Parts: sequence; structure tokens; C-alpha cells
Amino acid sequence: MLTLIIVFGVLLVLGILYFIFRIGNLVSLVKGKNEEESSSANAVNAYLFLLFMIVGLVAFFWYSFAHFDGYNLPVASEHGEVTDYLFWVTMAVSVVAFTLIFIVMFWFTFKYRYEKDRKAAFFADNHKLEIVWTVVPAVVLALLIFSGLRAWDDITDEASKDAVVVEVIGQQFLWTARYPGKDNLLGKHNYKMIDASNEFGLDLSEENTWDDFKSLELHLPKGKEIKLVIRAKDVLHSVFLPHFRVKMDAVPGMHTTFKFIVTKSTADMRAETGNPNFNYEMACAEICGRGHFSMRFPVFVHDSVEDYENWLKSQETWLKQNPDYLKRIPAEKREAAIVKSGIPADSKEAIQNAAVTVTLN
Amino acid sequence: MATIDIHPQTSTHHHDDHAHEHEHHGNFWTNYVFSEDHKVIAKQFLITGMAWALIGGVLSVLFRLQLGFPDADLSWLKPILGGWLTPEGKIDPEFYLALVTMHGTIMVFFVLTAGLSGTFSNFLIPLQIGARDMASGFMNMLSYWFFFLSSVIMFVSLFLSTGPASGGWVIYPPLSALPQAMQGSGLGMTLWLVAMAIFIASSLLGSINYISTVINMRTQGMSFTRLPLTIWAFFFTAIIGILSFPVLFAAALLLIFDRSFGTSFYLSDIYIGGEALPNQGGSPILFQHLFWFLGHPEVYIVLLPALGITSEIIATNSRKPIFGYKAMVGSMLFIAILSFVVWAHHMFVTGMNPFLGSIFTLLTLIIAVPSAVKIFNYVTTLWKGNIRFTSAMLFSIGLVSFFLTGGITGIFLGNSAVDIQLHDTYFVVAHFHLVMGSASFFGMVAGVYHWFPKMFGRMMDERLGYVHFWFTFLGVYLVFFPMHYIGIAGFPRRYYSWTNFETFSGFADLNMLVSVAAIFTLFAQFIFLFNFIYSIFRGKAAPANPWESNTLEWTTPRNPGHGNWPGEIPTVYRWPYDYSKPGAKEDFIPQHIPYSETPESNLPHENELIKLELNNGSINGENKTHH
Repeated sequence: MLTLIIVFGVLLVLGILYFIFRIGNLVSLVKGKNEEESSSANAVNAYLFLLFMIVGLVAFFWYSFAHFDGYNLPVASEHGEVTDYLFWVTMAVSVVAFTLIFIVMFWFTFKYRYEKDRKAAFFADNHKLEIVWTVVPAVVLALLIFSGLRAWDDITDEASKDAVVVEVIGQQFLWTARYPGKDNLLGKHNYKMIDASNEFGLDLSEENTWDDFKSLELHLPKGKEIKLVIRAKDVLHSVFLPHFRVKMDAVPGMHTTFKFIVTKSTADMRAETGNPNFNYEMACAEICGRGHFSMRFPVFVHDSVEDYENWLKSQETWLKQNPDYLKRIPAEKREAAIVKSGIPADSKEAIQNAAVTVTLN
Repeated sequence: MATIDIHPQTSTHHHDDHAHEHEHHGNFWTNYVFSEDHKVIAKQFLITGMAWALIGGVLSVLFRLQLGFPDADLSWLKPILGGWLTPEGKIDPEFYLALVTMHGTIMVFFVLTAGLSGTFSNFLIPLQIGARDMASGFMNMLSYWFFFLSSVIMFVSLFLSTGPASGGWVIYPPLSALPQAMQGSGLGMTLWLVAMAIFIASSLLGSINYISTVINMRTQGMSFTRLPLTIWAFFFTAIIGILSFPVLFAAALLLIFDRSFGTSFYLSDIYIGGEALPNQGGSPILFQHLFWFLGHPEVYIVLLPALGITSEIIATNSRKPIFGYKAMVGSMLFIAILSFVVWAHHMFVTGMNPFLGSIFTLLTLIIAVPSAVKIFNYVTTLWKGNIRFTSAMLFSIGLVSFFLTGGITGIFLGNSAVDIQLHDTYFVVAHFHLVMGSASFFGMVAGVYHWFPKMFGRMMDERLGYVHFWFTFLGVYLVFFPMHYIGIAGFPRRYYSWTNFETFSGFADLNMLVSVAAIFTLFAQFIFLFNFIYSIFRGKAAPANPWESNTLEWTTPRNPGHGNWPGEIPTVYRWPYDYSKPGAKEDFIPQHIPYSETPESNLPHENELIKLELNNGSINGENKTHH
């Protein structure tokens, strides 16, 4: 309905404009166009530019300060504080440059509007001036680049050996996370082994897979380095953790990684924002199809590494949840798999089942 | 060059400019449809480009309706959208992506590449360098008709039951390669690829023509250093196009192989629709490299012509020489070269080797320097000018404003560390829509206002031009400026709705404002459309040189025929920016006026050139074409 009103409003305006236009045309035909008229139109445009410059700048500064909390996303990672700092330094530099040029430009358009008796200056070049405004931006940019590159190098550096490893897998249109279990090693996977239950494509002949577990929520510790290992099953996706300033594409056929340290737990953030329902979220930032906009993945940051480890302990391994897959494991390794995956030793049933299948084979 | 002097003798006895229609005894088809006259081809490009701009604009308003008014009932759009509306009267999420994709494709390629370069390179190169036509009129005609064919195919794809291509204008595989990933990757994507392949052929035919014309067909005295900046810009643009479009062609070809012939250039380890695909060993990142090897130069293919056009318009209407002619040419050359080595700044977080990220950050921020130089030169050209706000001048100033506003955010995005957070958010959308989209669009509109008198022999209405400018200028800022805030808050682009996320729950107000402004801006374009059509038929007759400009096109008759000048092509004696020269009677001295006629305003070194003028009518023997 609102749209309809807008459409009609604009049509009405257009209709009115047409009549003004026709009448204006006829009047100017009768009067003949004179110098005065065109110079007054010229002045109107010059004043409008001046007005635009002032109102535009005021609106820009007012909104930027008044609504700062509305668009400034709280930051909760170590490197995020660095990149945010860089962002705001760049912002300061560019706002100063922008404002100056903006004012000067529209001041010139106003000040030097057409006057009949004035002649413009014949000012074709000035090497000093040109060298200055080539060198100054070059130096400023160089400074920004080098601080940026240093940060970039740190961020993209190898994760340390004892980093918490979590695998995040994107698919149309949801995320899953795989944790490496007690051995802190992600087991091998092969996309050809994916089926309805084995959604990771775990290659169970490899022992590191046995204690891996799945989570439908990304759990992370506060204050410890985290290494996300990222992959996609079908098309491109992109891991986007806005509060942690983390973004990295998920690419089928390869692993990408991103390491970071979270500085605020979910509870910390609830206190900081005063929102008891605050939750971290992960989104998809690379177009992936119909449900691109709905790939929300809940994120929970534990208050301490101990909390996080307690949570890890409370999780069941994937193999324990899917004991049928024991039969995929070569018989001589099966006992070890049962132990590592935490399947209770007294539940012989599963083992027997598996053994039966093997004999049948 | 044994070339191209088209009908030099037929036109000599026509000084009456109404006679031009009878000059060539062609029929309607050869004069207006399959014409080889660069001016007619330019108009064909312009009108096709305007039609596409309208379609692209309407598509953007459709998806802005969804974003600005997520709860609105759009059932009234049923007659247009049909099955793409859900039963609740909302746009289907997949069709939303199709709209976004086609908006991007249409605007970047069909409007701002073909519509802009095609129109003004064709129209202005022969007229401003003093040539009778393009080096090859036939190839030029083919260039348009390839573009037309490509347009038809792309247009048809809009009406497929499975929808047009929907994977974003960058068509990243695997999404674009697998019909099971989304409907639009079926026949819609096939047609997209076919249309783009033909489009590239069209673009190459045009570019080859522009380059050879500029190199070989300049009139007596028109040395490279006397070329208007428009021509320099078109020249560089054509070179960039020739070097980069074939790479997109290769990328598209490999994608066609992956889609249709089972190869695995871009595909590996894919499990989709309950099935593991056999493809292994390919890399989606390879496609991104190939795509952006065109994609980034493409930005300058779009932007440079607009910058050239506005350089000319700003100098003319400030009644001042463009400040730093050589620096302007130099920075365009530098931009053209650098545009080939910055492509991977679109890929900082795609899994590309981070070391490459460092290199591309460095190269990217270097390109900011010549861009900054251009802005300073524009501003200095205004300084102490005597500025006439013609509609074209207003749009040119608008362009500089957008170029500044949108260009400065490039410093954030080009810095890989800062880009991590901003990549694929609305900050990027704001950045490129201002610096590339709106700036180039304004350059195109400015060009239409400025050269309309030469195209159609009539003036456009100035007051409507003012209204059009102010509505569009404010509208564009209201659309794109708020997006910076939305982007800083992290809102990802190509989202159908943000309500699934608490993090992105705000900004309903700004999004509504943006959508209203977009609708408003689209409707403001109808003022232009009306002015354009009305003025073709009923505009005031144009004087010979309405803007008192120095360039050669204004020495042609009011309605130049095929061959442009009825008699000899004028000889050029000076650069195109002798505005407000001290001592001169008028505030402009056109390029074809010899120094011997302007002793009162000549600079010392120019007086020495007079002798050479008297010898052979040319100061350097390098021009050899026309006899």
C-alpha cells in the first residue's frame, strides 16, 4: 500500500512538472531567453551546491556520532582489536581528507560561479603543487599499508601447535562443526564416504576419526588460540564471525584456516551489552543459493578453558552415536576404536553386531 | 594507411545541413539499422544502453522493495513477476538472487561498458580527432549487432521458467556450475555464458576499432599531445578491454566445459543432492583469479571513459584549461597499467595464499595515488574558473563528488587486514556503487547532456536537466551513503532478509530509507527520459557551438552527415584547452584556429610555431591520412 502511494505521488509530481515545463517553455518563447535568467539559474545551482555541502556534512557527522552504538559492532577477539584500530585510524585520515576536499570543492563551485565580466584564470599546471599532492597521499597510504600488512602477517601466520582445532563445514544451507576429540587431531575424511549419517565423510579406517564429534553449535574457549579449519561440501560458503572480525571462505576441495583468540565470553558480552539474551552468531558471507541468508550457526564462548574442556568431555563421539559404522573399521582395529570412541566396553552388543556383519561378508 | 576517406567528394557541395539525409542514397535499413556511420552506431549503443539501464534500475527497485519493506504484500506485482511471488506476496528468495545477479550483470556490462564506451567512443573518437569515420565501419557495425544479439539472449534469459543466472554477477563456481545447486544455474546460466561470449566479441571489435582509429586517423596537426582527454580515456579503455576481456572469455569457456562436458577445472570434492560428484582436482579459486583478471580492469573500463568525458566538460564549463593535462594523461596511463595487477584484492579471504594478499594490498593502495591526483586536478580546474552550470557540468561535478566519496573507502577495502571484516558486506556495496556505478553513470549522463546537440541537432531542456540532476544526486547519496553504516555493522550482501540473525536485527529504518531513495531516484530518471525524447523532436535548434567549446566536433555542421565534415577536415593547431587565455578576445580558442590568427594571446613558444604553420599547415609531419 505504501509503495502504491509512493508510486502515485511520484506520478503526480511528474505530471505537475510536465505542466510547469510546458508553461515555462511557452513563457520563454514569448519573452525570449535573456542573460539574466540563465545567470540566475546558475546562481541557484551554485547556492544549492553550497547548501548540499553544509547539510551533507552536518548530517554525516551528526549521524556518525549520534548513532555510533547502532553501527559499531562490539569486538571480541585479539586481532579484531588490531584491525578495528586500523579501521578507525584509516577512518580518521580519510574523514579529514574527505571533509577538506569536499568543502574546498563545493566552495569553489560556489565562489567561482559564472559572472559575466570575470575571466577565468589561465592556470594550466604547477609542478610544485602536483608533486605535493602526489607525494602526500603516497606517504600517508604507505604508512597505512605497512601497519595493515604487519597486522595481516600476524593474522595469517601459522597457528601455534597447541591451538584448539575446530573444523567448520558449510553446506547448503547449514553449518556443522567437527571437534577433534581428546587427541586434538581431526581424522581424515573423504567426500566420497559421505552418506546420510556420515555427513562428515569420515574415513573410519583412520584412528584419528574415532574420537571426533559433531556439534550443531560452535563452542569456543575464551583466551586460548583457536584454529578454525574450514571446508565446504557443495558450493562456496564463507565463515563470518562478525564479533570476532573473522571471515574466511569455505571452498569445496580444499581446507582454509583462520586463527584467532576470543577475548570475551558469551557471559562477558551479555554483561557488556546489557542484553541478557545476547548470543554470538556465525553467518555465511558468500552467496551459496536460495538459503544463503539463513545459514545461522549459534556460537557459544565459554568463560574459561576449563569450562570449555568440561563441555568437550560431556560430548559423545560421533562413532559412539553411530555404532553401526564400527563395521567399516577393519576387525583388528575395532577393539581400539571402541575404546577410543568411548563406547561402553560392556555393551558387547554393538561389537557382536559388527562381528556378525563381517563374517557374513 | 590506405583508408577510409568516406565520400569526401559527395559531401563537399552540401553546405545546407538539412541536405545530409540525401547525401547517401541508402535506404532506411542502411541509414538507420545496418549503418556503418559511427554516429548512428553510437546512438544505437546509447538507446540500447538506456533501455538496459531502465531494466537494471527496475530490477534493483524490486529487490530494494524486499529489503526495505520485508513485510509488504507485493501481490500487486503479480502481473509482472507471476510465479516468482510466494503465496504470501513476497519475492521468492531464489528470484531475489536472480534480481541481484541480473542487476549487476546488466549495469556493469550492458550499461556502463557497452552503453558508455560504445556510445561515446564511437561518437567522439572520429569527431574529436578529425576523422571521417572509424577505421572499419563494417566491424563497428558488427560490434553493435553482436552487442544487440547478446542483449537479446540476456533479455530472453529473464523470462525462463527456471529464472536467469542467479549466482551473483561474479558467477563463482561451483554454484554457477551446478544446476542442482540452484535453479538459475541451469538454462539461465547457459544463456548468460552465451550472451557474455558474444558480448566479449562485440567489445573486442569495438576496441580494436577505437585503437586503430586513434592511432592512424588523426587529422593534420592532431598530435597525441593535442588529443582531448576524452580521446585519451577512450584509447586507454580500449587497450584495457582488449587485454582483459579475452581472459573472461577463457574463464567462461572453461566454465562451459565444466558445466556441459564433465571437465573439472573449477570443481573438486563436491557432494550435492545426496550424490558425490566425480570431479576432482579442480579449483574454484582458479575461476576467481581469471574472473577478476577481467573484473578489476573492468572497473576502469567503466570508469575511465566517464573520467575522460567529465575532464572535457569541467574544463569547458569552468572556462579554464584542465589543470595538469599531462598529469591527467599520466595518471590514466598509470591506472590502466596498475588495473592489471590488483585483481586479487577481491580475494583476500577466499583461501588464496595470504602472501599474495600482502602483494595485492601494496599494489592496490598504489593505485589510489593517481586516483587522488585526478581528484585534485578536477578541483583545481574549478578554482578561479568562471563556472557555467549546464546540466552536463552539474553531473560532472556530481561525478567528482561520488569519485571522492566512494574512492576514499577503497583505502579501507584495499588494506587486507581491514578488509577481513568489510569483505562482502554493505560497505563494499556502498564503495563500488559510488565510485564505479554512480560515478560512471553520471559521466554517461553528463556526456548525453553535453553532446546531445551534436547527436540530434537540438538542445535538451536545461531546467529539466537541473531537476534531474538534483533529484538524482541527492537520491544516489541517500541510497548509498547509509550503506556504509550498514556495512560497518557487518550486514552481509546478497541477503534476502536479515531477520534470522540477532546481530543483523537493526537498521530497518535505514534500509527503508535506502529503498525509498532508490525508488525516488529511479523515477527521477523518467524526467531525463522525457527530456531526451521530447528534445529529439521538439528541442530548441542547437547553435553550431552551444558550449563555446574548443574541440573539433563543434566545427561540423549542425547535423553532420556520414563523413562528418562537408569539406576538408579542419587542421589542428593547438591543444584543446585554450580557455580564457590572457589577451584573447573570447574566452575560448578552438583547436582549428592557427596561432598566426591569435598573436594577441600567443605565449612566446607558440609564436615560434607560426612559421611552421605557414610552411605546411601542420607542426609535425606525423599525420598522413587525409587527402
